[in-house]
Formats: sequence, structure tokens, C-alpha cells
Amino acid sequence: MKLDSKIPSGAIHEKWSNRKFELKLVNPANKRKYKVLVVGSGLAGASAAASLAELGYQVECFCFQDSPRRAHSIAAQGGINAAKNYRNDGDSVYRLFYDTVKGGDFRAREANVHRLAELSVNIIDQAVAQGVPFAREYGGLLDNRSFGGAQVSRTFYARGQTGQQLLLGAYSALSRQIGLKAVKMFPRTEMLDVVVVDGHAKGIVVRDLQTGEIRTHAADAVVLCTGGYGNVFYLSTNAKNCNVTATWRAHRRGAGFANPCYTQIHPTCIPVSGDHQSKLTLMSESLRNDGRVWVPLKPGDKRKAADIPDNERDYYLERKYPSFGNLAPRDIASRAAMTVCDEGRGIGDTGLGVYLDFRDSIQRLGKDAIAARYGNLFHMYAKITAEDPYSQPMRIFPAVHYTMGGLWVDYDLQSTIPGLFVCGEANFSDHGANRLGASALMQGLADGYFVIPYTIGGYLAGQKPGSVDGKRPEFAQAAASVAEMTKRLLGIRGKRTVDDFHRTLGKIMWSKCGMARSEKGLKEAIASIQGLRADFWKDVCVLGDGMNVNQSLEKAGRVADFLEFGELMCRDALERRESCGGHFREEWQDDGEARRDDQNFCHAAVWEHKGDPKDAVRHQEQLHFENVHLAVRSYK
Amino acid sequence: MKLTLHIWRQSKRSTAADFQQDGRMARYELDGVSPDMSFLEMLDVLNEQLIKKGEEPVVFDHDCREGICGSCSLMIDGEPHGPQSGTTTCQLHMRSFRDGAEIWIEPWRAKAFPVVKDLMVDRSAFDRVVQAGAFISVNTGAPQDANAIPVPKADADRAFDAATCIGCGACVAACKNASAMLFVGAKVSHFAHLPQGRVEREARARNLVAAMDKEGFGNCTNQNECEAACPKEIPVRVIAEMNREFLRAKAVEEPPSKKRVGGDG
Repeated sequence: MKLDSKIPSGAIHEKWSNRKFELKLVNPANKRKYKVLVVGSGLAGASAAASLAELGYQVECFCFQDSPRRAHSIAAQGGINAAKNYRNDGDSVYRLFYDTVKGGDFRAREANVHRLAELSVNIIDQAVAQGVPFAREYGGLLDNRSFGGAQVSRTFYARGQTGQQLLLGAYSALSRQIGLKAVKMFPRTEMLDVVVVDGHAKGIVVRDLQTGEIRTHAADAVVLCTGGYGNVFYLSTNAKNCNVTATWRAHRRGAGFANPCYTQIHPTCIPVSGDHQSKLTLMSESLRNDGRVWVPLKPGDKRKAADIPDNERDYYLERKYPSFGNLAPRDIASRAAMTVCDEGRGIGDTGLGVYLDFRDSIQRLGKDAIAARYGNLFHMYAKITAEDPYSQPMRIFPAVHYTMGGLWVDYDLQSTIPGLFVCGEANFSDHGANRLGASALMQGLADGYFVIPYTIGGYLAGQKPGSVDGKRPEFAQAAASVAEMTKRLLGIRGKRTVDDFHRTLGKIMWSKCGMARSEKGLKEAIASIQGLRADFWKDVCVLGDGMNVNQSLEKAGRVADFLEFGELMCRDALERRESCGGHFREEWQDDGEARRDDQNFCHAAVWEHKGDPKDAVRHQEQLHFENVHLAVRSYK
Repeated sequence: MKLTLHIWRQSKRSTAADFQQDGRMARYELDGVSPDMSFLEMLDVLNEQLIKKGEEPVVFDHDCREGICGSCSLMIDGEPHGPQSGTTTCQLHMRSFRDGAEIWIEPWRAKAFPVVKDLMVDRSAFDRVVQAGAFISVNTGAPQDANAIPVPKADADRAFDAATCIGCGACVAACKNASAMLFVGAKVSHFAHLPQGRVEREARARNLVAAMDKEGFGNCTNQNECEAACPKEIPVRVIAEMNREFLRAKAVEEPPSKKRVGGDG
């Protein structure tokens, strides 16, 4: 597997300009002859589909939801970063770049991160022009808030639903192109394979989730914007239907999968209430602007929060990280929560929780001001827990939230399969080993609005339009293999439900490949997953047929992929013999702080599929830090 | 908790000629429900039990399970999203019901929302309405600096209140006329309160109203059931604003040009 990152020449701030100039152009009259398939309609997918259609390409866009507006980007709460420096507090493109490289624990590609910081400012302009109702001040200009891992206020927000408002902006742009017949939209349609012809991605296989029909679509290029794989843990903040299927099946067709072990555990989620739990709900990181995190000083203190005086509370983030305090980055805040719970100081019935307390800011600013900032989050918390966060502190605990790993892409966002591009959370590119808050929306939209419209042209200019049609045998073969898998899943009729397998896998992943990982645990996990996968193919029960809506069948295909992917993730975690960002190996730590090994692991690990996860081959893309120099990441 | 559930089961998609198909209410007994479960988690438990008995699980739309994606869509005891105000089905918890309760669960019922299977309906009519003009015609890359367009905070807040719509369709399901005017009004209001949105205001009002009528949604007779059912508590003032925008468009505009609104993309 050849890994050419295609990082452009020049100084860091010149690289994107240089690349844009080097890229070949497709003239406007020729653009309409090329067809591009965009899979997924979240921030990355909707923005890519709309922008490519505006340029004149023929676009087909696919999503498994009933409407493109429902992609899980919609659930992002807190905000989106941009280096606008509207606060006059010393922000700049370079500072956002620096914070993101450092926040990612020096495991991201510098050139990509700098481009992201450059484009951040354009995203805000674009969203405002679309009518996205960001929070404003009385003078009518845009407001900002602070987020973890930064000492400037650069986060733009729309109450607690920035994701929905940005997605509706991208969805409205997409809808306009659908109305103009420049995009053909296929909702309730799931991608189940990539068709590779002569080494290039030239189409996809999909299943219509209403009729069960398995179809192929041919095109000149394919763009995957299918999100992350957090649901490998079963319980996560992801929507129930988020899955790894599109990227995993592309991996099986030859796309390298990079850093699957980099997963983000978000520090502020509502704790699990019981075995029936189907998903976890995030409480936005923005709450840490005004909420203070604490646990009782003494282990086993079961008094009510209000009865514990201040001198018997441990505001442990403020104590351990005085300069960043409650706004320490996510990986660090999560690990600190785990540490205090391990010490027996966790709160609530399970002892797996910490307090996020608004008492002081309510006293300082008044209840109304807090309600104006976080009203909908407080409302959501009260609904789920039946507790009032205005009068008692929230109980929170870390939960799986985001996955930094994904399909390997070069600087142009092209995977190791030519013609297959990957945007947003589905790729591995910008966040290294830990993503900072309010950077996911930024990356999804930067990729879709401002990167792929340029870089895909560079690929298409070298391709004859419509050179491959759906009659090539590769299409029928790929469709037949999808049909075969569907038939196999329906034919087992075993005793265990799909959810039962998924839940079991999730428990293995959370206990052995979650917040802390060790060689022993990972080896056990790999053996357990192999056993579970064998059981799945003998004993799963999928009722009904394939020619109608069949939600068990949809889930079964996704869980089958998670059962393979989970093993690769554990192998990646096993081979990365260091701690960095969200990847914490118990063997490499200094009193609970991650200890990186830059000598041996300053690279992205890229896995090549060889028929079975146990045979996958690990390749490396060496990372070079020419601007932000490798250093121990300190927030103290 | 122990519950008796009556759930709409329908195996084939509704058609104009046969909306009901083989649909019927089926009765299920369910034990061991925890008050901390969400309504959808309760249905998950039912489905797990059905599969183990060899019966096909109940189909229903759901995704984010945190009240924002707008996928979930159940008529619970005759109320869209159930008894709690300002709450989607996925955020409704079983503690809102008493032990031993009998609960009736149906799909949204509206001509414009055909049933796909069981409790799943087709809401693509909403997408088509949006495609008719619920956007600002701006291409990627064209805009000026974000702060070049100041928006008074009061206007921005009003636009935001309308923009919180999650497109679930509860307003249509609650309305005896199956009117979509709260949904469409929210779109009109969102853009009408922003300077960026005012450039195309007349065309937008006309096109959205025409699209809504074409999809077969009914008219508003001021019962305000939609506002009561809306999980995001969109106020009915957006309907008044839509009517005002529509009348304004009729009053000030030349007859519509044959050219399509929205530019040439």
C-alpha cells in the first residue's frame, strides 16, 4: 500500500494556495459531464453535494435516514470554532492551528490542520449568508464563547443546537440544488459496497431500505461522508443508526483505515441508568464555561451535594490544571474523572459520576442568564434524569462520543483507492489523537464546502467523463456479493437478537478498549471478539425477508461489520505502544498523564485489509512537525 | 411496571387507493418496564421479546434519541409524541405513565404522510416543500464577512425560535385538517426575520404555500393544536407571519416570472 500524503510545497501558510494553483481545473462546460456520488448527508455530505452541484457536476446523494436533514451532525450542541478574532483576544489562524495540533497530541498532519484553520473563517461567513441564526449581541454582531483546549473565545454557537442550525443551513443549500434538479437525492438508501473498476472507485452498491431492492450506481468519483464508528461500543452519544459499514466496506475493497484506536471519550454525558439503556446523551462541553466540576474530597461521602461544604469538595480540574481549569481538553477531563471514580470518590448510586455544578455562576450571573445560555440543555437534562440542574448539580460521566480515526486520506482527501474521497468524521485527517471541542463541525464543513470542490477537480481532470458504465462486470459482482450477505443473514434464524450481539461487543470494547487499554486486556478482547463473531454467524436471528422494510436486517449488516472492525481497533490499540490523546495505554503513563513515544510512534498507522482483521497489515505515514514543535502537552 | 400496548401493525405501504392496507391494532402485554426507560427503549424491550417468540418486531423511525433529529413520530394515546408537552417521543420516559397503564400507539395520520410499515410514515412531502424555496439562494464561496450584516438581537432571537423546528411532523398529525402551516410558517418566519432572507421573501412565501398545497396538506382553522403538540414549542405566530408574507407577496409583486426562483445554481 502506497501512502503518498501529497503535502504541498512551501511554508505552512502557503501550502493550500499552492495546492489550489497546482490542481488541474475542469472547465465549466465539461463539469456537467462528470457524475459524483456523495454518500451521507450530514455537514460534510450535504455541503459537498450542494457545492459540487453549484459548480455544475451531476451529483447523486444518498442517506439512510428518511430525510437528509436528520443526519447525526444535527445533534452537535456547543459550537463551531473559527479564527475570526472578533473578541480582540489574540486569536489568529496560526493560533487555531497551533491549538489543534497540540490538542491532537501531535498525531495529526500539520498541513491539513493549517488548512482547516484557514478555512474556519469562511465557514462562518457562508453559514451567516445562508441564514444560520448564530447567537448575537445587542449590537447585532456575532457572539462567541470559550471551549476546551483554548484560551481565547473563538466558538460561534446557536444556543445549544449549533449542529442542527448548521446542518439546516447545509440542508437548505442541498435542497435548493435538489429543487433545481442538480442533485438527485436518495433517502432511505444505504450504501453497502464500493465498486472498484481497474483500481478506481467508479460506483457504489446500495439497498433501498423501503423496497429491499439492491441497486448499483455508476459515476466518475465517489465521496464518502458517512461519519464515525463510535457505535462499536454499543453505548455512545451517536445516533442509534450510525455505523461503520460504508467505510468498513470501502476498507475491504482496498482503502487503508488509519488510527482506528483513536476514539474520543467525552467527559460530560449523563450517566448510564440501567441495562435497558440504548444510548448516551451528551451535555455540551460549553457547560464547562460556567459549570464547575467536583467530587467529594473523602471517598464514600454519600451526603447530598448541597450538604457538602466547599472545603470538603475537590474541584479537581481547577486543582490539577490551574491555567485551563474546567476547560481542560476532553481526553484529559475524562481521564481525570475516571481517576477520581477509581479512588472511590464518584457520586450517585453507581459511584460512576462527578458533579457539574452551576451554583456559583447562578449566584454570580442570575438564573436567567444561565437559562439564556444553556436553557435547552438544562431542560433536556431534567427530562432524562427528573432532576433540576438549577437547584442541584448535574451528574455527569464520560462516554464515547467521536472517533478521530477513519479512512486514510491524502492532502486532497483521497483515500488509497483513486477516485474515492472521504470527508468529515469518516476520514482520519485533522484531529490527531484527540479532537478539541467545536472542531468537528468546522472540519465537516471545511471538507465539504471548501476542500472537496477543489480537490475532486484535480482527480476528475485526469479522467474521461463517463468512462465506466454500470454494465461492467464489477458492478454485477459487487451487487451479487451484497445480495449474498443479505441472504445469509436472513437464513441463519438462530436464537440471539442482533442487539444482544451488539451489546455484548460494546461491553468488550468499553472494558478493554475504552478509557484505558493494556496489552493483556486487548489480547483478551481480540479473542473474545473472534469468538463472538463466529457465534454471530451461527446464532443470530433476523426475521422477515429482504424485500420490505426490515430494521433487524439493516442492524445485522452493521453489527456484522462492527464485529470485524472492533478486532482491528483492538489490534491498532495493541500495536500503538504509547499513550497519546484519547488512546491511553496503562503501561505508558506518568501518574495518569499520557506518555507519548515520539521516537517510535510519531506516525499514523494505516491498515491494509487482507481478508480477515487478524491478517491486516500495518503501514505507517510518518508525521513531521516543522512548525509546532513536539513537546509534552501541558494544560497545567 | 406492567403495560398493555395496542400498536398499529401494517405490512404494506399505504396507497391513495388503499390507505389502510392490512393495518390493524395489535395487543401486547409487557412486563418488567422500568420508569427510567425512554418510550423507545420500552419498545426496544417489546421488540426483543417479539423476536425471541419468532414474531417480526414493530417498525418505527428513530435515530438520535435525544430530541433533535426529528425521526421519532408516534401518536401515543391520541397525542403526537405523547402526554408531555415540549417533548419528543424519544425523550418521553415511562415515569410519565402509571403501572398497569393501557397505551395506544399509532403512526402519524395524514394524507400527505403515507404509512410505510407499522409506525413508520413517509414525510418526504416536507423535503419537497423545503426544496421549493426554504433557503437563501447563495452559492458556496460568495459571501462577505459574517459581521458585515448586523442583525438586531430581537430579530435574531425570533428567527432562531422559528428555526428550532425539527421537521418531525407532529403539527400535521395533531391537526384535524392535517395542515402543515406550522412547519411551513416556521420556515417563512425564520428567513423573514433576517436581512439575508428578505431579498427573496415574496417568491419564498408564494412558492412554499403552493408546494404545501400541492402535497395535499390541509388549511389552518386556528385551533392551535399544532402549537400544543410541537415538541420544540414553535409558536403559532409563525402562521400569522406566513399569512402576512403571503399577502404581502400577492400585494406587491408583479405576476410571477416564468423563470425559476433560486438562480441557475
